Amino acid sequence: MKTKLTSSQTVGPFFAPLLRGDLSQMVSAETRGERVVIEGRVLDGNGDPVPDAMIEIWQANAEGRYDHPEDMQEKRLDPAFHGFGRVGTNARGEFTIHTIVPGAVPAQSAQSQAIWQAPHLNLIVFARGLLTRLVTRIYFPGEIANDSDPVLCAVPAGRRATLIAKDIERLAADKAASRRLCFDIVLQGANETVFFDV
Amino acid sequence: MTVVGYRRPAPGINPDNNSSAYASTRARAPRHPAIRIEHTLSEITGPHFETGGASAIDLTRGARGEALGERIIVTGRVLDDDGRAIAGALIETWQANAAGRYAHESDQHDAPLDPNFAGAGRIISDSDGAYRLVTIKPGAYPWRNHPNAWRPQHIHFSVFGTGFAARLITQMYFPGDPLLAIDPIFQSVADPDARARLVAALQMDVTVAEYALGYRFDIVLRGRDATPPQE
Repeated sequence: MKTKLTSSQTVGPFFAPLLRGDLSQMVSAETRGERVVIEGRVLDGNGDPVPDAMIEIWQANAEGRYDHPEDMQEKRLDPAFHGFGRVGTNARGEFTIHTIVPGAVPAQSAQSQAIWQAPHLNLIVFARGLLTRLVTRIYFPGEIANDSDPVLCAVPAGRRATLIAKDIERLAADKAASRRLCFDIVLQGANETVFFDV
Repeated sequence: MTVVGYRRPAPGINPDNNSSAYASTRARAPRHPAIRIEHTLSEITGPHFETGGASAIDLTRGARGEALGERIIVTGRVLDDDGRAIAGALIETWQANAAGRYAHESDQHDAPLDPNFAGAGRIISDSDGAYRLVTIKPGAYPWRNHPNAWRPQHIHFSVFGTGFAARLITQMYFPGDPLLAIDPIFQSVADPDARARLVAALQMDVTVAEYALGYRFDIVLRGRDATPPQE
């Protein structure tokens, strides 16, 4: 190490310029993959909504490849999907993300045979009152691969459910619409979301 | 696939979210310790933004004239902690105007807005990791953390390096500001040397005669455990 790191400071309450351009819509008509709408709320330790949080999303494409030069898997890139999203919470603490279900990506593995991670979205949460960003993941309900995902398995069993989105019932008339999921981010208290030290 | 992770920050660099002197942390800081995970492709990759975007911008020229206040130049480089330049890094800045008021609907401070100063910038670092921002020195402003609380003058910086693990949002402060000693946000950084690195340096070789004082502020992001493999 030749130079020393710059410390984190809170995003504060006045970050609206970062939300210019709607980055909550991560897909276009040409994007490959299963559409999913993820709705949720950010809640504090009193159960009150957090109206000044910003969530950033980073994910692989439908085949499980990240649009990044260090992902050298032999999978196709999708020119209509880059994997980054950003959304602010509204006055009720709510956010909505429009994306696709990513494919599985490999885990860190010293062995020659790959260990796969279950499909997931990587999230960073910033807010007034958070001095250092929080890192979490959204996993998908009903995925067999969740049971063997090395990151989920590192989480105490009783807290894993905080990382798995819940299906929202679709009305019969709505069956053609995108899959809808719910994922609340609880910053503190009972049902506190699992956050990762990366 | 071999993944080369990012080095972990030393203790004291990043603030503990449980810093109760900053009142907003009390109901928002998680109580469980974060669970350490090894880096995978998910952590070492990250978004990239348009290359060739402006590495030098000027926020002082409004639609109807010059922004009010003390014009300043802030320049520096985005580096990793091996001292390597990070080219193409997206830097976003936002700040109060000279009177200490943000152009933001929820800022209720009774200080004037400046129609010629929006105070938000978007910069892409050049091939040497360098950026240059011409702006107005932000004013101090009151906040409701405790009675008669005032934030020191600061500019917010949001920076994307090459991997999501290196994502950073921080604040840049000004040398000699007496409010730094009593600011719970600045003081949340435990390591005094790390705090000092959040304070820009006045530099006469950045200062432009008859125009604006110049400050240097380098932004250092986490480096890698080893040299990552090339494509």
